[in-house]
Amino acid sequence: MENKQPFIRIRKKDDRPLWQQILIKVIAIIIALIISALFINLITKLNPIKVYESMFRGAFSTTRRIWITIRDTALLLSIAVALTPAFKLKFWNTGAEGQILVGGLATAAMMIYFGDKLPSAVILICSMVLSALAGALWGFLPALFKAKYNTNETLFTLMMNYVGIQLVEFFVDVWDKKQSHSVGVINPNTQAGWFPSVFGQQYILNIIIVAAVTIFVFVYLRYSKHGYEVAVTGESENTARYTGINVPGVIIRTMLISGAICGLAGFTEVAGISHTISTKTSGGRGFTAIIVTWLAKLNPIIMVIYSFLIVFLDKGAIQIASDFNLNEYASKIITGILLFCILASEFFTNYEIVFRHKEEH
Amino acid sequence: MDNNCAVQLTNITKSFGPVVANENVSFDIRKHEVLALLGENGSGKTTIMNMLAGIYYPDSGEIYVNGNLVSIKDPKDAYALGIGMIHQHYKLIDVFSALENIVLGLKAEGKKDLSMAREKVSEICSKYGFEMDLDMKVYDMTVSQKQTLEIIKVLYRGADILILDEPTAVLTPQETARLFNILRNMRDDGKAIVIITHKLNEVMEISDRVTILRKGQYIGTVNTAETNPQQLTEMMVGEKITLDIKRDLVEEKNLRLEVKNLTVINNENKRVVDDVTFNLYSGEVLGIAGISGSGQKELLEAIMGLQKCEPGSSVVYYSTAHGVHELVGLSTQEIIEHGLHLAFVPEDRLGMGLVGNMGMTDNVMLKRYRKGPGPFLHREQPHQTAVKIKEELDVQTPDLEYPLRKLSGGNVQKVLVGREINNKPTVLMTAYAVRGLDINTSYAIYNLLNEQKKRGVAVVYVGEDLDVLLALSDRIMVLCNGKVNGILDGRTANKEEVGLLMTHLKEGE
Repeated sequence: MENKQPFIRIRKKDDRPLWQQILIKVIAIIIALIISALFINLITKLNPIKVYESMFRGAFSTTRRIWITIRDTALLLSIAVALTPAFKLKFWNTGAEGQILVGGLATAAMMIYFGDKLPSAVILICSMVLSALAGALWGFLPALFKAKYNTNETLFTLMMNYVGIQLVEFFVDVWDKKQSHSVGVINPNTQAGWFPSVFGQQYILNIIIVAAVTIFVFVYLRYSKHGYEVAVTGESENTARYTGINVPGVIIRTMLISGAICGLAGFTEVAGISHTISTKTSGGRGFTAIIVTWLAKLNPIIMVIYSFLIVFLDKGAIQIASDFNLNEYASKIITGILLFCILASEFFTNYEIVFRHKEEH
Repeated sequence: MDNNCAVQLTNITKSFGPVVANENVSFDIRKHEVLALLGENGSGKTTIMNMLAGIYYPDSGEIYVNGNLVSIKDPKDAYALGIGMIHQHYKLIDVFSALENIVLGLKAEGKKDLSMAREKVSEICSKYGFEMDLDMKVYDMTVSQKQTLEIIKVLYRGADILILDEPTAVLTPQETARLFNILRNMRDDGKAIVIITHKLNEVMEISDRVTILRKGQYIGTVNTAETNPQQLTEMMVGEKITLDIKRDLVEEKNLRLEVKNLTVINNENKRVVDDVTFNLYSGEVLGIAGISGSGQKELLEAIMGLQKCEPGSSVVYYSTAHGVHELVGLSTQEIIEHGLHLAFVPEDRLGMGLVGNMGMTDNVMLKRYRKGPGPFLHREQPHQTAVKIKEELDVQTPDLEYPLRKLSGGNVQKVLVGREINNKPTVLMTAYAVRGLDINTSYAIYNLLNEQKKRGVAVVYVGEDLDVLLALSDRIMVLCNGKVNGILDGRTANKEEVGLLMTHLKEGE
């Protein structure tokens, strides 16, 4: 007994070539699909291949569905991109939900109060600016307290979500004319403040806005002096001070940007997609985006892939639910298994497992 | 196998990812002797001893303790075999007393009956000559007392094989002498002792045999009585090198910094820099000595505008090119914006002086990224500077964008020092500039500092190795509890004198 090596040991391995890293991810997805297949088969006795087919249909079966998939991918991407500067600063912004909501709220207010007073284009531009400002304010408050009093930003931003939700709740009540506990579609006839169709497509403007924001963040972080300050401060506050960087200033500035982009996502959601406001407007995307940002290791370009993957899974889950009469939660388990496997595969990217050599003792 | 052999290591190999820390290393540790494990930083000395202490597990190879093949899976196994290691970073609980720390983690019998434990500990203390107040809290202890406590703790657990990792790195000459006496007592009692070190004079003084490692490989073992520092250095480095620091006298001296009544109070309300007054001249190296935490770090940071100075503090900067400036009250940013040529090599290289995840270009840019018009960075100039530094200082890096944290400590320091002297400083301040570096790089740094001095730069060198301080400095300022406890002539001062000033505050100062 005394002479036995430990049965398994974990060894650090941080020099895997790119093809191995990709291979590990692919294997993780395959394993997830197998586990999900077993799960589906055990619980529902359905043929897993058919279920996967159905998932695929959910996202791609019609042109309209493809557009909706792209639209939702873009929306999720814009939030993930919004979180990126903050995360690069190691400022854990968990308040995207709230920032989206107040952005959406500003847009809805513009549409409701000025819907018959101003031309649609003016409403759009004003909504855009106001929603960005509202989101920026929601980002600014926790940043200010972090910079001044070193409060915990994770809790602060999280709590700001609830303030945002309550605000929306309040205004829904104010704007609700039919006692239906919802605002309903705003300006359904005039479509004032709605995104116009571009080239005959309803969601082109959404995509243009998100693409612009993504490129902006990518360039900002990589090539601007501000982005450099974010990178240095995020790595080490001491180095930032040593270099003469105004650390509180960088924290506040970065959160203004992060919050503003989240606010814009709220604007896109309300003016470009749902044309209404409710506490469900953000739809948990503020949290899902954290996973996207993290999986993509803060690279806005890789985020496109992960945003798409998650939206695809989501659409698939809904489709399965309706096709096979399953509870939607059962199908969401597939999403859960997949995300879990991808996250767990990170471990195998960084470490390897060594088993005891058989021939010894 | 003769029964004097306490531990035998056979063909031990251990790698961390692509880095091979130990490759087929074999040697033995004997009872009744002090074995010095000598090697440069990164030669694998600590790694191999960590495998004895149960921190790591070897990839291959065998360990015999007292002739039996053993498998040490965790520190508990190591204790059971009588192996105890005193790590460089002490593992003590601050709010506990010495005695509580000693019995901590042991089975109930020792814990419940503190008086029995006390008796046993006192016995150990008197046997080997430790002086320790068992009721003293760890937070009240000096570094040397903490180390003593660690040794007692290991002995209390019945260790016969003691491993000390760089035990003298933080001690004054007097404390070192006391430690060595204790080590000799333990050796005479039949214990096997290993000290991991890279200081040759200590190897010669305390050890019976020396085992040398280089780049993870076993180089050889020699009897201390039959060797000399020159031979050991050659074995350690793998080539002949001269161990002289050339100290030239620069005749022309101009006042560069006039520090007056500088006081810094930290957030624990302690006067970490206490009424410090001194002058700094061009063409000199001012060495700053002191046990660690005597205010060295805060003093340099205060001059750089990184610490809040108390009212009455004054640091006046004189330069031929930029005139006279009062630095107290200026922020680091303002110092940089005014173009004042103060260069600073901080103690924490990757945590303060550089960004570990960035490459050479971006790190060279660190203090000048604001230059150039527009909101975007201008990387061309820093890129050229990085190329120049890489060539002039022979920085080993695959390319200029390769993250610095993946480079060796020596290369990291070359980038930092290279960047700081590239700006043609008037004042160059360095804190522990050679800590953790190999011998060749250390001497390269000493030469760089001396070159700067000859060019008329005022150089501050905060150091811990007194031999180097005495060989390099024109003047030595000794700090004790944040106060200046004397300024000596570097050419005439001796080690004992400096050591005393480090620990005993002069009366009436």
